[in-house]
Amino acid sequence: MHDWRYATPDAPHAPASRARHVPRRSGLVRWLVVGAAVMVASCQPAGVLDPQGPIASAQLLLLINSTAIMLVVVVPVILATLGFAWWYRSSNARASRSWDPAFEGRIEFVTWSIPALIVILLGGVIWIGSHQLDPRAPISANANPLRVDVVALDWKWLFIYPDQGIAAVNQLVVPVGTPVDFRLTSATVMNSFFVPQLGSQIYTMGGMTTHLNLLADQPGEYPGFSANFSGDGFSEMRFVAKAVPAGDFDAWVTQARGAGSALDEAAYAELAKPSQAVPPTTYRSVEPKLFEHIIEQTVSGPEKAGVGAAWCPPAWQVGG
Amino acid sequence: MTIATIDAVSAERVRGRGGGGPAPTRIVVAYGFWIFILSDIVMFSGLFAAYAVLSGNTAGGPTGSELFNLRNVFIETMCLLFSSYTCGLGALSAERRQQARFLVFAVLTFVLGAAFLFIEISEFAGMVSKGAGPSRSGFLSGFFTLVGMHGAHVTGGLVWLVYMVAQVIVKGLRPHVLRRLLCWSLFWHALDIIWIGVLTLVYLMGAG
Amino acid sequence: MLGNLTWAAIPFDQPLPLYATGAVGIVILAVLGLVTVKGWWPYLWRDWLTSVDHKRIGAMYLILGLVMLLRGYSDAIMMRTQQAIAVGDAQGYLPPDHYDQIFSAHGTIMIFFVAMPLVIGLMNFVVPLQLGVRDVAFPVLNSVSFWLTASGALLVNVSLVVGNFARTGWMGYPPLSGLAYSPGEGVDYYLWPLQISGIGTLLTGVNFVTTILKLRAPGMIYFRMPVFCWTALAANMLIIAAFPILTATFVMLLLDRYVGMHFFTNDAGGNQMMYVNLFWAWGHPEVYILILPAFGVFSEVVATFSGKGLFSYRSMVLATLGICILSFTVWLHHFFTMGAGADVNAFFGIMSAIIAVPTGVKIFNWLFTLFRGRIVFTTPILFAIGFMVTFVIGGMTGVLLAVPPVDFVLHNSVFLVAHFHNVIIGGVVFGALAGYNYWFPKAFGFTLDERWGKASFWCWLVGFYLAFMPLYVLGLMGMTRRLEHIPDPGWQPLLLVAEVGAIVIFLGILCQIAQLYVSIRTREVRRDLTGDPWNARTLEWSTSSPPPPYNFAVLPRVETIDAFWEMKRRGVAAVEPAYETIEMPRNSPIGFVIAFFAVIAGFSAIWHIWWLVILGLLAIAVTVLTFGWSENREREVPAADVARMERARLGLGRPA
Repeated sequence: MHDWRYATPDAPHAPASRARHVPRRSGLVRWLVVGAAVMVASCQPAGVLDPQGPIASAQLLLLINSTAIMLVVVVPVILATLGFAWWYRSSNARASRSWDPAFEGRIEFVTWSIPALIVILLGGVIWIGSHQLDPRAPISANANPLRVDVVALDWKWLFIYPDQGIAAVNQLVVPVGTPVDFRLTSATVMNSFFVPQLGSQIYTMGGMTTHLNLLADQPGEYPGFSANFSGDGFSEMRFVAKAVPAGDFDAWVTQARGAGSALDEAAYAELAKPSQAVPPTTYRSVEPKLFEHIIEQTVSGPEKAGVGAAWCPPAWQVGG
Repeated sequence: MTIATIDAVSAERVRGRGGGGPAPTRIVVAYGFWIFILSDIVMFSGLFAAYAVLSGNTAGGPTGSELFNLRNVFIETMCLLFSSYTCGLGALSAERRQQARFLVFAVLTFVLGAAFLFIEISEFAGMVSKGAGPSRSGFLSGFFTLVGMHGAHVTGGLVWLVYMVAQVIVKGLRPHVLRRLLCWSLFWHALDIIWIGVLTLVYLMGAG
Repeated sequence: MLGNLTWAAIPFDQPLPLYATGAVGIVILAVLGLVTVKGWWPYLWRDWLTSVDHKRIGAMYLILGLVMLLRGYSDAIMMRTQQAIAVGDAQGYLPPDHYDQIFSAHGTIMIFFVAMPLVIGLMNFVVPLQLGVRDVAFPVLNSVSFWLTASGALLVNVSLVVGNFARTGWMGYPPLSGLAYSPGEGVDYYLWPLQISGIGTLLTGVNFVTTILKLRAPGMIYFRMPVFCWTALAANMLIIAAFPILTATFVMLLLDRYVGMHFFTNDAGGNQMMYVNLFWAWGHPEVYILILPAFGVFSEVVATFSGKGLFSYRSMVLATLGICILSFTVWLHHFFTMGAGADVNAFFGIMSAIIAVPTGVKIFNWLFTLFRGRIVFTTPILFAIGFMVTFVIGGMTGVLLAVPPVDFVLHNSVFLVAHFHNVIIGGVVFGALAGYNYWFPKAFGFTLDERWGKASFWCWLVGFYLAFMPLYVLGLMGMTRRLEHIPDPGWQPLLLVAEVGAIVIFLGILCQIAQLYVSIRTREVRRDLTGDPWNARTLEWSTSSPPPPYNFAVLPRVETIDAFWEMKRRGVAAVEPAYETIEMPRNSPIGFVIAFFAVIAGFSAIWHIWWLVILGLLAIAVTVLTFGWSENREREVPAADVARMERARLGLGRPA
């Protein structure tokens, strides 16, 4: 039976804890190694780790640099924690236990300075990075920017190309090397437009417009989705962002103009009804200023919200 | 196990730094209640912030300048301010154990507070009948909630006042009754301070 | 007559919630049956349910938190399992509307009904003892606080069997949580319990700030308070400053839902961004409310089991207060992607990085406490060392997320999920478990079994890394959070590793249950006869285990930091102190009664049973007014009884 009372510098030594602070069975270590190996093997370059545009590349670089800066402190702290815990265990006769409180002030100075210096450095990184990678900042490139209006619906994405006069659902086709100037909104609840390999996400909110600028360096197909939970169909709210050479983009626009239906009021009302896992389609024409109309419509609201009704309790439905 | 006598000199030295031991009940109760009032003010500041954000969101409906009757607002403000004055006089009477005078001031405070509520409820009813109820627009939601929450607190304060008057009549101005009266008057004065905020942010700035 | 409540609310057609409720119902009935058969009701009512003793209330908070851990954890295992198998063409076993309720309930329960009760429970038990006083400032209010929290927990769990829970996530962002997109009872099952328990928490804040600032033993100036009391003070000041914001925000959302107002709607001038701001203005201080007392636990544990005083007390206090203040300046980092612009984002990013400075200082202070100490490896110190390693990783990923452009690609991904579980499990849960193991002997008179305790630590530690390190990787690979179905089969290996981790953590929980069972069965072997089983430093260890109801027969005279260590160093006074009559508050049923009616009022509000809401509120008002009228709230413990109790414990609380 251990008597903890005596395990102090002021008091006589007693048999220290025989507790082992290493894994109790080597089988555990084996599982840890297997787990780590699986993780390393599964870590394919994808998503954020596989940038396909200048924004995403800059963000990955920031991520790596910031991590490296912090690891300079974090790794020694972890090693010191484990090292001190092991070395200064009470059964270690070789460890010196004397502690001179006179050093306290000097050590305090160091313990405040180290985090402060790291944070000052990171502060600079944060300020500069936030301004350079502001989603609203246009990207300078050789090509003229392509305008795309994005509308989050339940539970699919509508992409309107106002200059080309076409629209697409759940597919975003952009020319390589062309900056894309997005205006985004939601016709329903808060979503977040995100193509990890191209860079920043941005919230889409009803009645409001957010702005984003991205550019795809390479041709390819990149998964996109909503990064803010929006209801039962959220998991299926995915689209494909296809970056194609400029010639192919024009061909795609021409092809879209020749097939599919028109996105007029009626078609939009149909599209806006809740649906999930909608296959990619295109529309051959778009009602002019559809994006602005959607925003107005969201703000003026459906009849049941009771605009103009002074004190009517709203309708209640079963089912959560 | 413990040293039974407190060294007088060292006790003196530490008293200013909080070393005098547990504070007396009256101070503890008042302090705790004051902290509760601070938390209530934080809650109101959430509602103030919401009102400030929504004050321009009239959604095509009526605005403050169209709805607010500043004359009535002035009258109800005066009622509330005077009720704070009578509350203070009542508190002084209670401290001096002058029960009859306390009751007079308590009744006056109640009447003034009730007058405030009457004017406010009439204002609300008038706005609702004009179609400017709280579900008309974000601005009106913010208005009714902020001002209404204050009114609900005033109502609670009046109920509490009636209860305290009953306690004073039945039990007299004993120490624990006095402590509760102290809490009540802190509450009443705090409501007055919040009303000044409402008056300024909502009525004076909104009517301009 | 019954509002919106109909038989359709009970999920007769859904096996999972029905069986779960059945199982829980059987356990509850078994427990109630056992209590009845053994005749324990009078004892329970007198000594626990109506108790206003901070030690009993603290224990009840811990029981609540640990029981709710089981509920929150079953949600976690269900989520992990769904994500591990619903890959590619497979759809898993949970349809979206169930999965959405499960992750919403998981977050809500874990934050409000596990983490908060565990932390508040520890503060309840320990703070008055460490301050050298008899109880908190307002003992009856303390009981009300506990029972209101328990009511909230009960109401949330009722949603399992009557109706549905919210399907919005634990944050409840509108417009999804508004009436237009969540028209049923779900979000109300989220809002009303949290409003009720929020009042309880706020009253705790008032109680403890008053206690710590106004009720301390003679001679205990601020800079002689134990560090745990400083962190408790900071956490409770945060409660007072932050919880009312949540109250106001939920009032507004409730008004939107019940009266058709337009605070957060898409139309008629609502502003959903305002909800996000207000929510997180509460939400960020909330996580510091959780972590600061955990930091305090670690300060006590590391000092005690290193056999040295804590390194740099003044730095710790300064860092604690710094964190307290700074926690109000960082809230926007929860929504960098809402489009605030570079200047605003950068400001909040920098403030979020700055808050890492005092946190880093604390880690260094613990490190230098270990340095040249004499470390004894008990379960609490293992949790502390595990915390120090794990929390710095979580803190690092947090500062990483505080860089806005990095956050733009990681926000709402499972990288974020891994980060906050990293700091909550590595920080709050490990702290709660360390505190539970550390102060258990003080509360119940015998230590917990060390072997099962260490087993539970290793399972929690290994399980945590297995469950959450894959999520960091998956977040970087582009997996977002709250997915009910996984699109990319390449993610499955990592999700399976995470599932294994969840199972290992579950084994850790089972070890804790085993630890409790074994410890009670074999308690005579590990009786704490001295009151000081760990050779510790602070005043709570100067009492017997468990302490007498009045804690200290004579309030200790404090002259240094680590007052008990100083007392031990100086030795025992040969003279018995002069015992005086002690005034203690009487027990009171009003906490329990108010909570009972709060459950009725809350349930009726959820289902729109208006007459019952009014009745419930009236009953609460009558209870409060009746209590307010009562005299005779204190009872005296005569000096002779005090002397008798103290002499019976003669020799206890004194070093041999």
